[in-house]
Amino acid sequence: MAILCDKNTKLIVQGLGKVGQLHMGLSLDYGTQIVGGVAPGKGGQEIGGVPVFDTVADAVKATGADASVIFVPPPFAADAVMEAAEAGLGLGVCITEGIPALDMARAKDAIRGSGMRLVGPNCPGVVTPNQCRIGIMPAQITMPGSIGVLSRSGTLTYEAIDQLSRKGIGQSTCLGIGGDPVVGSTFTDILALFEADPETKGVVMIGEIGGSAEEEAADFIKTKMSKPVVAFIAGQKAPKGKRMGHAGAIIAGGKGAASDKMEALQRAGVVVTESPADMGEAMAEVLPG
Amino acid sequence: MNIHEYQAKEVLRSFGVPVPAGKLCTSPTEAESIAKELGTPITVVKAQIHAGGRGKGGGVKIAKSPAEAATYAEQILGMTLVTHQTGPEGKLVQKCYIEAGVDIANELYLAILLDRASEKIGIIASTEGGMDIEKVAAETPEKILTELVDPNLGIQSYQCRKIGFALGLDIGQIRKLEKTLRGLYQAFMEKDASLMEINPLVVTGDGDIIAADCKINFDDSALYRHPDIAALRDPTEEDPREQEAHGHDLSYVGLDGNIGCMVNGAGLAMATLDIIALYGGMPANFLDVGGTADKDRVVAAFKLILRDPGVKVILVNIFGGIVLCDLIAEGVVAAAREMKLSIPLVVRLQGNNADIGKKILKESGLNITAADGLRDAAEKAVAAAKEAN
Repeated sequence: MAILCDKNTKLIVQGLGKVGQLHMGLSLDYGTQIVGGVAPGKGGQEIGGVPVFDTVADAVKATGADASVIFVPPPFAADAVMEAAEAGLGLGVCITEGIPALDMARAKDAIRGSGMRLVGPNCPGVVTPNQCRIGIMPAQITMPGSIGVLSRSGTLTYEAIDQLSRKGIGQSTCLGIGGDPVVGSTFTDILALFEADPETKGVVMIGEIGGSAEEEAADFIKTKMSKPVVAFIAGQKAPKGKRMGHAGAIIAGGKGAASDKMEALQRAGVVVTESPADMGEAMAEVLPG
Repeated sequence: MNIHEYQAKEVLRSFGVPVPAGKLCTSPTEAESIAKELGTPITVVKAQIHAGGRGKGGGVKIAKSPAEAATYAEQILGMTLVTHQTGPEGKLVQKCYIEAGVDIANELYLAILLDRASEKIGIIASTEGGMDIEKVAAETPEKILTELVDPNLGIQSYQCRKIGFALGLDIGQIRKLEKTLRGLYQAFMEKDASLMEINPLVVTGDGDIIAADCKINFDDSALYRHPDIAALRDPTEEDPREQEAHGHDLSYVGLDGNIGCMVNGAGLAMATLDIIALYGGMPANFLDVGGTADKDRVVAAFKLILRDPGVKVILVNIFGGIVLCDLIAEGVVAAAREMKLSIPLVVRLQGNNADIGKKILKESGLNITAADGLRDAAEKAVAAAKEAN
């Protein structure tokens, strides 16, 4: 089971630059089924052992792909997302960092109703342990199991996975939803998938300052979720009005502070750890049996 | 990226949004001649700094004659203006904007931003112009109207009317408001703004609608396609360390503690500040070296951290997912040697090639405290900082 991707996922890679090729190789090594790449003007060639197509539609037609990972540079990434949706893929994972926010707002609006779930942009991707690696995560630190991990940050996702694996707690699926102001899937979208996934028994959620996605997630957890959730919110000591690395991590107009998010999650019954070092332990404590 | 009011008004002008006539000056004599040229009975002398709250801090004065404009310009130019947005150290005023006074019948508030919750363009309007809008939102939220615009459809006439009627305008004024709103919306979208704030938006005695003040922030990720906007950057308004970081592709925010931090990944970098504070320490900075950190970038990061004289300890916190810990270790050793580092250095390396990295640190002969895991790293850094004090 797991969510979003598994051993049957047929993945294509949009954007075959240095980073795209590096991670295509790592994902292939992990056993991911990568059936093609898309690089306009290079259709018919072979790169890194996979056939290359000019358009996503060509790739889908020839390979039966159902998911795409997007490494296309920022100025062209929103276009690549729309192309993937139009070609009928079920999942698009956009790794690209630095896409203009209004490009993403337009693209997300455009793909609504297309049937494609978008994860990212500015995210580390999705890993279902021992089955499928989409993106740039260090899959070797994951282990198969029943905890879902989701985060707005990359390295903090790894930190959570590592803490869980060291305690012998495996993961169903791990993903980063992205650190931009507009992302394809919100915490709430992914929590709903984890709640519906019979294999997932609990969720570690890592939020950060900025926006209100954590507060919305708290509402969802309170009313719709039966599985235990452990959360950490990064940026408790972040100053107001400063962008903390991620384009979306900013306390603006008095909104988006960590304390508000932590309180909302606690009220929803979530175990919120003050320390980023305690996520694994907290999950070990709340897991049934 | 932020720009000055006079620059923002130039942007608005180019999109057909009515703004008062005005010119920039750097001396009292210039101020006087501009006031004469404007020819209005009243002129406004406005300090040009990037922070809001200038009026309360004494950076905005109303002059009743060109001579008075010169007097105020003399007071304001060279002053260190302290507002709720500048921090206690304030900002040096180097430029003044001399603007024609407008006949104010009514002051409104208008802002355009990317509304993250709805992922649409939010237009925020209020009858409480000239006030601190955060205060209005907290105390009288019913006085704030938010209208959401679909980014692929653009602003519609009915939305402008809705806003206009909510602001208490008559239909004649609403037609003028629509022209202003369309200009502002077009400017916001075409120039990739992230926030545009008009406070106040003035209704004049003649029923005209004029943007009397304007603040615009732009999306840094989109500056590559707006060289005209990028050229408006004023380096004197920015933290020199943040600028230097930008040049090295590092993300840096200065704080006021004594533990300098170098971390990979924005989330982990924020979490590092949190855990330092949790163990009773004070971080000196946020610094994300990025996912592709190599030796050169690590050296640049160390230089940046050490430019802050308050730093007594450096904590390097790396979770090598993709980044290789041995490359980071080489960078750390090179930087410590090059900078002749004399303060304690705590290093936590985990992930890809962490063992090779640890070996490199150990064999360097440098005084480096190795930490195992996030908690241990924070504890050791905080202990070292306490000892250094």
